[in-house]
Amino acid sequence: MAEAHIKPLTLNFGPQHPAAHGVLRLVLEMDGEVIERADPHIGLLHRGTEKLIEYKTYLQAIPYFDRLDYVSPMNQEHAFALGVEKLLGIEPPPRAQYIRVLYSELTRIANHLLNICTFALDVGAMTPMLWGFEEREKIMEFYERVCGARLHAAYFRPGGVHQDLPAGLVDDIREFCEDFPNLIDDFEGLLTNNRIYRQRTVDIGVVSAEEAMDWGFSGPMLRGSGVPWDLRRAQPYEVYDQLDFQIPVGKNGDCFDRYLVRMEEMRQSVKIILQCLDKLPEGPVMVENQKITPPRRGEMKRSMEALIHHFKLYTEGYHVPPGETYAAVEAPKGEFAVYLVSDGTNKPYRCKLRAPGFVHLSAMDYMCKGHMLADSVAILGSMDIVFGEVDR
Amino acid sequence: MNPTLTELGEHLTSSLPDDIFRTETIRDELIVWAYRESLVKVMTALRDDPNAQFKQLVDVTAVDYPDRPERFEVVYNLLSLKHNLRIRVKVPASEDTPVPSVVDIFSSAIWFEREVWDLFGVFFSDHPDLRRIMTDYGFEGHPLRKDFPLTGYVEVRYDEDQKRVVYEPVNLVQEFRNFDFISPWEGMLHLPGDEKAEDEDATQESKA
Repeated sequence: MAEAHIKPLTLNFGPQHPAAHGVLRLVLEMDGEVIERADPHIGLLHRGTEKLIEYKTYLQAIPYFDRLDYVSPMNQEHAFALGVEKLLGIEPPPRAQYIRVLYSELTRIANHLLNICTFALDVGAMTPMLWGFEEREKIMEFYERVCGARLHAAYFRPGGVHQDLPAGLVDDIREFCEDFPNLIDDFEGLLTNNRIYRQRTVDIGVVSAEEAMDWGFSGPMLRGSGVPWDLRRAQPYEVYDQLDFQIPVGKNGDCFDRYLVRMEEMRQSVKIILQCLDKLPEGPVMVENQKITPPRRGEMKRSMEALIHHFKLYTEGYHVPPGETYAAVEAPKGEFAVYLVSDGTNKPYRCKLRAPGFVHLSAMDYMCKGHMLADSVAILGSMDIVFGEVDR
Repeated sequence: MNPTLTELGEHLTSSLPDDIFRTETIRDELIVWAYRESLVKVMTALRDDPNAQFKQLVDVTAVDYPDRPERFEVVYNLLSLKHNLRIRVKVPASEDTPVPSVVDIFSSAIWFEREVWDLFGVFFSDHPDLRRIMTDYGFEGHPLRKDFPLTGYVEVRYDEDQKRVVYEPVNLVQEFRNFDFISPWEGMLHLPGDEKAEDEDATQESKA
């Protein structure tokens, strides 16, 4: 009998597919229902952010960072602000540092909430989505109260944060933090021991510690594979070295472990936020150097010098001394970093954005190989991909 | 100054004298300049040397300096989880000199190198799959080069008559404005007309 040769079926997944988390086009070569090769086509949301930043002053570049990973905007501004501050040789005042940590952690909760909810939705659980978005909405309100925008904050700026916390916000965040762990418990009840959820995630997309390092993983993807590595602990920035928190680490490196790591990270974030609220010092929230940060509105009404400073800052901006730096923060998705090259003018010469999602997605082929088609959705969900940062 | 970084720099120059031509430490960041031909050797050494253990390739990028004879700097950022250190390896390159690929050492380089190829046009030899990654299907040019205009060359729109997306040359209603902010008080050392005064000084000096 002649041997029949079956050509692998090529399947086009996305770019318009609800489980593709945005505009991912995945070309899959299938052997029946088993994936033989996954070829992600990215770039459908490429906006040339790096090129645009080269033509903007340092202050004008800030809003672009909100539009990278639009689920965790403030963490990305943070990396850029740290890079510029390093080149300028300035350090934000203590109150600004605490506010930055406070909002970074609020952002982490918002990000993990979205990820866990959409991940659960992808593998068939509807309810977490409805519960989680209600909490996310509360965090959005904290965003709005501090900077006026629900998503695109432009709040962390080189030299500090743009404005001080309004009256009453501290108490409201504290109230939120007291309620929120109950919601995490409810989530655990819905998902952690859910039979269907476990069937879809346990032993799916297993990555060993060596492989995770070889593929350049960071954040929950690396910790899920059992590597105890967190930039907040290993290379502390701002006031993380004065705060008490634990770093959850997974065991098996599968989708379920990555979910568990994110759940525990939310609890730790709540702990960090409460410590920040307790320790929050008084004082300015911006460096008092009018060559870099704008003068107060009241001062501008009286002082000629303040008016000149304001005009110069918002037209020309400030000049950054020549040099280069690599500034990294532990963003919710992993290590987000800015490689900044300055040539001494008011615009960055080169600003490379190191997005964790890009690196994680590059391992898609490796992680999907030999899995079923439905598992590719679970793997993608556990990677926490947002196309704003992957495509840049 | 971090003493471990300085030590590591000295250790690397002594163990790989023919492959590294310069090391420098700026703002607590160690930069190693490697020869293009020995990049793979340097990267393998950085990964496997017990004093280095840079197991993670965190980032690959390039910087374009059009005035240099070899206009690109290809930049590799590495991270050592064991020693909690970062290092930056730099390699000069031009449009037509291929850089050896490090895909066999770090798997994460596959997409990073594709990105550098797409956006800068630096060619990586022995790369298994060097396709464009960020730009559109059928895109021409390398957008992050300094001589590529910010507005690009083509724009797309949906054509109602042809019922498909068409590509057209960019038509700007207003000319692209890029202001020169180099301040005459801080940036310019010579004002227009200064050369006359300087020439006079020179002639007077020669007379004296």
